[in-house]
Amino acid sequence: MPMKKIFSKPASLKDAPFHYCPGCGHSIAHRLLCEAFDELDIRGIAIGVPPAGCAVLAYNYLDVDMIESAHGRGPAVATGIKRMLPDRVVFSYQGDGDLAAIGIAESFHAANRGENISVFFINNAVYGMTGGQMAPTTTMGQRTTTSPLGRSKELEGHPVQVCELFSHLRGTTYIERCAVNTPANILKTKKAILKSLQYQIDKRGFTLVEILSPCPTNWKMSPVEACKWISDVMTKEFPLGVMKDIPSAQQKKGVDAHEQ
Amino acid sequence: MTEKVLMSGNHIIGEAAIRAGCRFYAGYPITPQNELCEYMSEHIREQEGGVFIQSESEIAAVNMVEGAASTGARAMTSSSSPGISLKQEGISFLAACEIPALIVNIMRGGPGLGNIRPSQGDYFQATRGGGHGDYRTIVLAPATCQEMADLTMDAFDLADRYRTPVMLLADGMMGQMMEPVVFKEPKPRDYPDMFMLRGAGGGKSHFIRGLLLDQLEEEEHNWKLARKYAIIEQRETRCEYFQTEDADVVIVAYGTSARVAKGAIKRLRPMGMKVGLFRPITLWPFPMNELRKLSEKTKYFLDFEMSLGQMIDDVRLALQGYADIGFFGRPGGVVPTPVELANIIEQRYFKNNGPEKRG
Repeated sequence: MPMKKIFSKPASLKDAPFHYCPGCGHSIAHRLLCEAFDELDIRGIAIGVPPAGCAVLAYNYLDVDMIESAHGRGPAVATGIKRMLPDRVVFSYQGDGDLAAIGIAESFHAANRGENISVFFINNAVYGMTGGQMAPTTTMGQRTTTSPLGRSKELEGHPVQVCELFSHLRGTTYIERCAVNTPANILKTKKAILKSLQYQIDKRGFTLVEILSPCPTNWKMSPVEACKWISDVMTKEFPLGVMKDIPSAQQKKGVDAHEQ
Repeated sequence: MTEKVLMSGNHIIGEAAIRAGCRFYAGYPITPQNELCEYMSEHIREQEGGVFIQSESEIAAVNMVEGAASTGARAMTSSSSPGISLKQEGISFLAACEIPALIVNIMRGGPGLGNIRPSQGDYFQATRGGGHGDYRTIVLAPATCQEMADLTMDAFDLADRYRTPVMLLADGMMGQMMEPVVFKEPKPRDYPDMFMLRGAGGGKSHFIRGLLLDQLEEEEHNWKLARKYAIIEQRETRCEYFQTEDADVVIVAYGTSARVAKGAIKRLRPMGMKVGLFRPITLWPFPMNELRKLSEKTKYFLDFEMSLGQMIDDVRLALQGYADIGFFGRPGGVVPTPVELANIIEQRYFKNNGPEKRG
C-alpha cells in the first residue's frame, strides 16, 4: 500500500529548531499560528509583532514579515502598520507581562479603538524569560521568585482577567480563552486562531485569543504536571471559553430573518 | 506653490510635513505643541491614506510611528519636553532598527512638569541620544518660521537617507510665533522598497529587529551605526554666520536665543561694538569645524542659551584652547530680552572700549 502523507510541518513555519524549554506552550502556539496562515493562505500578507519576552525570537520560526516591538508596545506598533496597510493581516503576539502589565495601556486602547488586528495572548502566569517572577496573571497563592510566600490579595492584588476585562470594550468583536494543555484544547485553540484571523480579514475589528500555556521550567514542574496544573488551578482563575463574539451584520440579518 | 502665507510655527510644521508626504501622525496633547496635533487631525486626514491618531500616551504614539514607518510610510509624532522624555524608548528603538521618522520637540521649561514657557533645556537629551544605548539622532534647530517649513521637509529627507530618527527641536515661542512663509517644493522621495515591511508576498519573509543576543553581533551593529553617524557628521552640519566677518565677539546661540542674539547685535553694532552670531542649525551633528575656524579671527565667544549651559559643552569641544569662552543663559522658561543680552555683552567685553576677558 502506498504511503500517504497525513502530517507535516506547516509551510509558514521556518525549518528551525525551537529554543523554547521542553514542555513550553509557545512552540505549540507558533505551530498553530502557522497552520492557520497556511489554511487561510495569508502567509504573504501577514505582518506580525512579537513581544519582549520568551517569544521575542518568534521571527526565527514564523515565516512571515515581522517587526520587533518594545516591551508591551505591540498593539501600538501593529496599529501603525495596520492603519497604513489595511489589507494586510496584522497580529501581535504577547505574553502576560507584555500585555497585562507594562503594555496594558497600548492593549486596552487598541482594543477600545477597535483596531482591526488580532492579538494572541500567551498567559503562563509568570515572567518566563526573566526567570519566573510574578506576573499580572500569577494565580492567588502561587509562589514565584518575587512572590516567595505566594500571591496574596493584600500585597499583590488579584490576577488580571484580560478576556473578561476586554470583552467590556465596545471595540472588541471576538474574545476567547483557550489552552494548549490537552489535544482537545489545542484543537479548540487552533479554531480560535483561525476565527480571529478570519474576523480580521472580514474587517470586523479587534479580536483577542488568550492561550493558557504551560511553563514547566518556572513552575518547577514536569511538563505533564504543568499541563495538569492548567486544568486544576489556572482554569479556575481563568475559565476557558468564548467571552465575546459579536455576530457579523450578515449573521445578524440571518437571525432576524429566522425570528420573523 | 510659491505663495506667501502667514501661519504659526506649529501649523507650519504640520503643513510642511504633509507637503513632504507625511501620511501618518500620532500624538498626545501637551502644551505648547497642541496646535500641531490639532492641525494634523484636520489636514493629514484630507490626504489619501492619511492617518491621524490621538494616542493613549506619548509612548504609544512613538510606537505607532515605528509601525507606520516600518511599512515605508513617512510618519511623525510631536510633543513637548515631558512627553519627549516618554518617547525616548521608541526613539532608541527607531535608531536601533534603522527606521526613519520625524520627532518634533517644542521645548518648554523643566525639569519635571516645569512650565509651559519656551526653554532650551532639552539640548542634552536631544543631542546625546536621549534614550538608552549608543546612538545619535540628527537634530535640526530652526530659528524662523521659514526655517521650520524648510527643515521639516529636510528632516524627512535626512531620515530616509540615513534611515534614522530625526528631531526637529524648537521651543514654545517658535511654536506659537507667526511669520510669513513660503513652502518649497518637496524633493521626490527616494526610499528603497527593500526596507519596507509590507508582507512577504510570494517571496522570502523578513524581519526588523534591534535585538542581537550575541554580543559580537550587537557590537558589529553598533559599529555599523557609528560609521553611519561619522558620515552624517562629515556631511550634514549646517550653520548660519551673522556679521561674524569683523566681529570681536561672537555669540553662539540657536533657535529662539539666536533671534534674541540678533536683536542684541542690532543694538550693539550702531554703538561701535563689533558683535556677530554663529548659529548652529544642526545641533547634532554640531558644526564643530565651522565654529573652530571662526577662532582664527575672533578670540571671544559667548555661548548664549535658554538653559543652564548645555550647548556650551559642544562649544568648548570646538573652541577650548582656541579662544575665550563665556556663558550667559537663563533656564526655567525665561526668554531674555535683546536689551538684557546687549547689556551683558557690553559690560563683559566692551567696558574699556575694547573686548576684554570677563573677570
